[in-house]
Amino acid sequence: MSVASHPAEHPTATGLDSRKLLMWAFLGSDCLFFGSLIATYMIYRGRSLECPLPGNIYDIPYTSVSAFVLLMSSLTMVLALAAIQRGDHKGLRIWLVATGLLGTVFLGGQFYEFTSFVHEGLTLDKNLFGSTFFVLTGFHGAHVTVGVLILLSLFLVSLRGGLPQADSLTVELAGLYWHFVDIVWIVIFALVYLVPAPIPVDPTTNQLLVCVGEAAAAVAH
Amino acid sequence: MATDSHSHSPEHGHPQPMEYIKVAVVLSLITAVEVALFYVGSSGGGDGFSLPTAAILVLSTLKFVVVVGWYMHLKFDSKLFTYFFAGGLALAGLVLFSLLFLLPRIARLVAGE
Repeated sequence: MSVASHPAEHPTATGLDSRKLLMWAFLGSDCLFFGSLIATYMIYRGRSLECPLPGNIYDIPYTSVSAFVLLMSSLTMVLALAAIQRGDHKGLRIWLVATGLLGTVFLGGQFYEFTSFVHEGLTLDKNLFGSTFFVLTGFHGAHVTVGVLILLSLFLVSLRGGLPQADSLTVELAGLYWHFVDIVWIVIFALVYLVPAPIPVDPTTNQLLVCVGEAAAAVAH
Repeated sequence: MATDSHSHSPEHGHPQPMEYIKVAVVLSLITAVEVALFYVGSSGGGDGFSLPTAAILVLSTLKFVVVVGWYMHLKFDSKLFTYFFAGGLALAGLVLFSLLFLLPRIARLVAGE
């Protein structure tokens, strides 16, 4: 199988389009950015001294649907690329809109999740869990927002006829960014939501920290 | 603006739309298994590292590799792109594991244990 690559219009030392190389270099650097945020979350896991804690507040079924939505948006994005590569402009626009809509649904889900967490008492400055959680997922949400804006721009440019088949690399670059946002969420979903966090020890009682709702439920039983 | 005139026919190694859909189905199934493993792990009690947790991490890694390889076309593209991305990823992993394993030890040293 021959290696599929994008020969550059202008000669380059690598024979590859510099824009694509730049995008991969940027994504590599963004790995470091999210890696540091995820590392901070992981280090401070189980070290909060007050409630609420992850076990009290996460709604796994809800977040699973959110994760599925973002996963499907990666499918629609790659179908948009496939459409422009075969010269199907209508298909490109349909799949771009689908990707943007799914991304917006994800953002809506994140907004609802954030507001419900705040309603339950978890804020940015409440405890270590709140700080690390909101910073990590907040920055991810900001990346998704930028991605949605990029998709909207591509859609508008395509509507005006400014995205010919020969310029499919533009869509591919946007796709690389969008898929990166998805793979970051794959990591966040696993490490932040699915991997159970250790329960911290209450320093005043030297017992495991029990949050109000759990204590009430234990008494009721 | 530089344009790309490269043809993306099957003989150039890029998957077809049906293959992308099959990949999406696989990714969805893996996600469902991950969620199921979460409930298996939480019903078993405890909050430490367990077999379901290990399986979740393995499955997430698999999803990561599949999206990067197929959707981001890294499997079919120049290896130079892989080196650029993997370099950043490796550094991020190094940061993560260094902080996870070094910080507790440093904290204990500072506390005089």
